[in-house]
Amino acid sequence: MSKLSLAAFIVFMGSFFVAGTVHGSELDRFAGLKGTIDIAGGTAHVPVMNDAAKNIMKFNPAIRITVAGGGTGVGVQKVGEGLVDIGNTGRALSDAEKNKYGLVSFPFAVDGVAVAVNPKNPVNELSSQQVMKIYSGEIVNWKDVGGADAAIHVFGRDEASGTREVFWEKLLKKGDVAQGVNIVASNGAMKVAIAQDPHAIGYLGIGHVSNDIKAIVIDKMTPTQENAKSGAYTVVRNLYMNTKGQPSALEKSFIDYIKGPEGAEIVKKSGYIPIPN
Amino acid sequence: MMVEKWIERALFACALFCSLCVTAVFGFLVYFSWPLFGDAQGLAVVFSWVWKPFMGRFGILSMVAGTFGLAVLALGIAYPLAIGVACFTHGLAPARIRNAALSLVYFMTSIPTVIYGFVSVFILVPLFRDHFERGTGFCLMASAITLAVLIVPTIVISLRAEMDQRSEEVSMAARSLGLTPAQELLWVLLPCSGRGLVIAAVLGFGRAVGDTLVALMVAGNAPVVPRSLLDSVRTLTAHIALVVATDSQDRSYYSIFAAGLMLFLIMACLTLVIRGLGRRFGQGKENHGSAA
Repeated sequence: MSKLSLAAFIVFMGSFFVAGTVHGSELDRFAGLKGTIDIAGGTAHVPVMNDAAKNIMKFNPAIRITVAGGGTGVGVQKVGEGLVDIGNTGRALSDAEKNKYGLVSFPFAVDGVAVAVNPKNPVNELSSQQVMKIYSGEIVNWKDVGGADAAIHVFGRDEASGTREVFWEKLLKKGDVAQGVNIVASNGAMKVAIAQDPHAIGYLGIGHVSNDIKAIVIDKMTPTQENAKSGAYTVVRNLYMNTKGQPSALEKSFIDYIKGPEGAEIVKKSGYIPIPN
Repeated sequence: MMVEKWIERALFACALFCSLCVTAVFGFLVYFSWPLFGDAQGLAVVFSWVWKPFMGRFGILSMVAGTFGLAVLALGIAYPLAIGVACFTHGLAPARIRNAALSLVYFMTSIPTVIYGFVSVFILVPLFRDHFERGTGFCLMASAITLAVLIVPTIVISLRAEMDQRSEEVSMAARSLGLTPAQELLWVLLPCSGRGLVIAAVLGFGRAVGDTLVALMVAGNAPVVPRSLLDSVRTLTAHIALVVATDSQDRSYYSIFAAGLMLFLIMACLTLVIRGLGRRFGQGKENHGSAA
């Protein structure tokens, strides 16, 4: 083994060691704790919860965390009735819900949705009215919104998608969606569809926007992570964890972990924007 | 003697277990979609043409149309191809080419569906989008071609199994009459393999109906009745995959049990067709069967 490769090897192994120690300090708050946390609710939360649970249970096998979906409504009901410890919601709780069950909310991420087109498309800006008409099938040609004379290829997401929910509620105002809209099953598939097709329009989580596609300015609002966080871009929702009353020590540690730096990395990986403590 | 008895029992237990599983699946499907069949209104909602779950419209008939349209088209493309391959590899081709072709066919059965879907998204879909004015390229035709590639090996293998069997019975006679291999194939072997031809088609069709991923990735999933080969379609299988993660309290959730039940019944009908044919053709050849 040459000197250089040996050095590289040492650096390589060293990086594990360094990463390991950083890893440890974030998870240290779980040392000595034990018990179970049952989580249910919003489907958008599930990947974040699963990754966090995996890290925590690996660090301390005495802690057991179960994660279930079910949707925002189920999250409120289950945590309210005491069936789970943390109920996830994709919206702020109503006053009625808060009062009825005595729930406490912890926002931890912003889920923003951008409308996107192919980079070759000259259109940079649309009004929400125009987007509504494109999705309802009223506008079918790009030339009607300042683009080339070509049919608009409209892409949407599947029924179970939280991204679709935000887009439909916040941008389409729960308006009609034409039947001919092509449906793709993930943010990744949406990106491929738009990146390949010069006449496509679609929508995806802001965290998934990259150079392959072009995010569109909507009603003068630019869809960036910063604007989504500041509230300057409004096609967003917050993701919440909720507990019944103040959280227990274990639940508190879990919530702090999600809102801490390592949790923020998990949130980013899932395509959302973390809300720091 | 004892050993034989135990083997018999073990095999019986296996068979019993399999049939119980199938019965249980059917039972669960009926049980879960029961709320639909319970009231006439629910039934009318599901067996209608419009799927707009957020407007209270849960019709799955467009998906049934999409499933059949896609499967028939895929079979239409794959069947002639597969018969060609089966005939070519059965006596017409030189041994080396035959072996190469056959190992390719067997290799194709082991390629995961997702690979076909993936390749199609990057090759076929842009082709359809760029060469035709209509649609996004995610369409009936693109997915039918992909699906055809997928089901060709199924058809070839089952057809060849039948032809091999028949060939043993007839080839001596055919050769002694001075028929060339091509003549033997065309005038003796193929007409003798009627049952195999039908069963291969039914199996290929079943595989096309049952496949999920190709339709999900390539067909565009728009819940409409296709009016052109370039329209997007949604199949029953893709529909289940798309809706299964929704809120389980929702009515759209019941629609996937109805879709599952529908698929189950389609498959059951196909199996009955195969069995019926087997019996009908089988009777005439009873003595052949027992001799073999």
